[in-house]
Amino acid sequence: MADVTMRIWRGDANGGNFETFTLAQNEGEVVLDVIHRIQATEAPDLACRWNCKAGKCGSCSAEINGKPRLMCMTRMDQLPEGEVTVTPMKTFPIIRDLVTDVSFNYVQAQKVPALLPPPMPERGYVMFQEDVERGQEFRKCIECFMCQDVCHVIRDHEENKEHYSGPRFFIRYAELEMHPLDTNDRRHLLREEMGLGYCNITKCCTEVCPEHIHITDNAIIPLKERVVDAAYDPVAWLGRKIRRKHNRTADEAAVQPAP
Amino acid sequence: MAVMESSTSVVLGGTRGGPSVTHLRKDRWWLQPVVTMSILTAFVIYSTWAAFQNRYYYVGAGVHRDLISPFYSPCIADDCVSGSKAGWHFSGWSLSPALLILIFPLGFRLTCYYYRRSYYRAFWWSPPACAVADAHGTYTGETRFPLIMQNVHRYFFYAGLVFNVLLTIDAVEAFREPGLGWGVSVGTIVLCVNAALLWLYSLSCHACRHLCGGHVKSFSQHKIRHRLWKLVTPLNAKHMNFAWASLFVVALTDVYVRLVASGALTDYKLF
Ligand code: SF4
Ligand code: SF4
Ligand code: FES
Ligand code: FES
Repeated sequence: MADVTMRIWRGDANGGNFETFTLAQNEGEVVLDVIHRIQATEAPDLACRWNCKAGKCGSCSAEINGKPRLMCMTRMDQLPEGEVTVTPMKTFPIIRDLVTDVSFNYVQAQKVPALLPPPMPERGYVMFQEDVERGQEFRKCIECFMCQDVCHVIRDHEENKEHYSGPRFFIRYAELEMHPLDTNDRRHLLREEMGLGYCNITKCCTEVCPEHIHITDNAIIPLKERVVDAAYDPVAWLGRKIRRKHNRTADEAAVQPAP
Repeated sequence: MAVMESSTSVVLGGTRGGPSVTHLRKDRWWLQPVVTMSILTAFVIYSTWAAFQNRYYYVGAGVHRDLISPFYSPCIADDCVSGSKAGWHFSGWSLSPALLILIFPLGFRLTCYYYRRSYYRAFWWSPPACAVADAHGTYTGETRFPLIMQNVHRYFFYAGLVFNVLLTIDAVEAFREPGLGWGVSVGTIVLCVNAALLWLYSLSCHACRHLCGGHVKSFSQHKIRHRLWKLVTPLNAKHMNFAWASLFVVALTDVYVRLVASGALTDYKLF
């Protein structure tokens, strides 16, 4: 088989450069295999993160030819001819080479108000299949953070990171909001502090998700519609007044009483 | 290497990896925005032109037909061509009726989640394609005026339903052949397909999915809503297709009626 040329970003917080490696192509290889071969031969200090090599741990996210992909799930023979560019995820601070500091995501994870079930009834909590199925799609997330990486709200506008939780967490919010045993109302929190309104539903998160989660259609848009119910729909507002339904405010929802 | 602590506040401004370029994509990422931009621009130009024409929008009893262009229905201006007038009219409005009524379908499509995705990408370049840099220095998304107004989409959805009913009536009336009785012509089929696609477009709308049942916390507690939601969900998955198909067909319907009304084409009777 022909040779492959890999153009790989090398560097850290002090700066970096592309380094080019040319090596023989082996049949059936994925990008991560080639990175490992480079590590084993020419550049033992090439840093990359990986764990499962099966598309399930979400560690090996990088940008291949400019698009966020899992290195372990991207076959070399399916990439177009010519050199292959591999860069670290752009949205997060670099640690070294292909490894980024994704702690932004853990900060956002901590901000999600947890499930708050009602007091346990005598017969215990009961869940029905149709309710379980609804959130199941969101549980497939492997936390590769490629949706966060590709999202232009923070990819191109660093300042938005302060008030934007991002698609990965919008699916978490959606799952909780659609959970029949949850009594928290996160709609005002989503609008006022988690930046749901910053998303302009351009669907790049859905395009890159390796688990094919319908992030925009099944989580973000339903959440936007719920926020409309809570904040923008005068008829829904009137309905609530008449039925005297109380919505918890962002502050109330953010406070999580001990279960 | 920096020491990382668990923290509940976001640290801004770390150094990013990779080169400082707008993108590293090697495929033809610009193709989709360019195609979208061309089609939408063509549609806007055509519909503006058609709306200002104020003629050739109705094929009437003179040729034994009852066909009205969707751009002009309901015809509520003072001086609609004979036979096309709706039951009620806006007295004093002597401009094209299309200018009055097109606001609703236009608002419906402008605030549609799918079209928003398309024009934010194609016209606003925010972003033009995935992992290609946003063309703007600052970004507030749909949190400020005017884009915060996108939240009224469901009201345009309701208005859209009214129009669907009216255009369905038009499609039924298109079977009328004044002076001859009833029959089916090419025009009948065109108006029926148009009405059907508009229904599919509305029923697959995200606001519709939410209002049908998406808003409930528990499907098991709301069986009927769950059933409705299950009915519209497969349509919703095809919303993009219906959005394009209905856009093309609504314009083609106007073109067809216009050609027949102006005498350039004869509406062929099928049976
Ligand atoms: S759809 Fe919204 S969350 Fe997803 S990438 Fe686009 S802006 Fe970000
Ligand atoms: S939602 Fe998809 S893209 Fe985002 S972190 Fe989870 S698996 Fe990755
Ligand atoms: S190594 Fe686990 S997802 Fe790639
Ligand atoms: S019409 Fe497209 S989402 Fe409502």
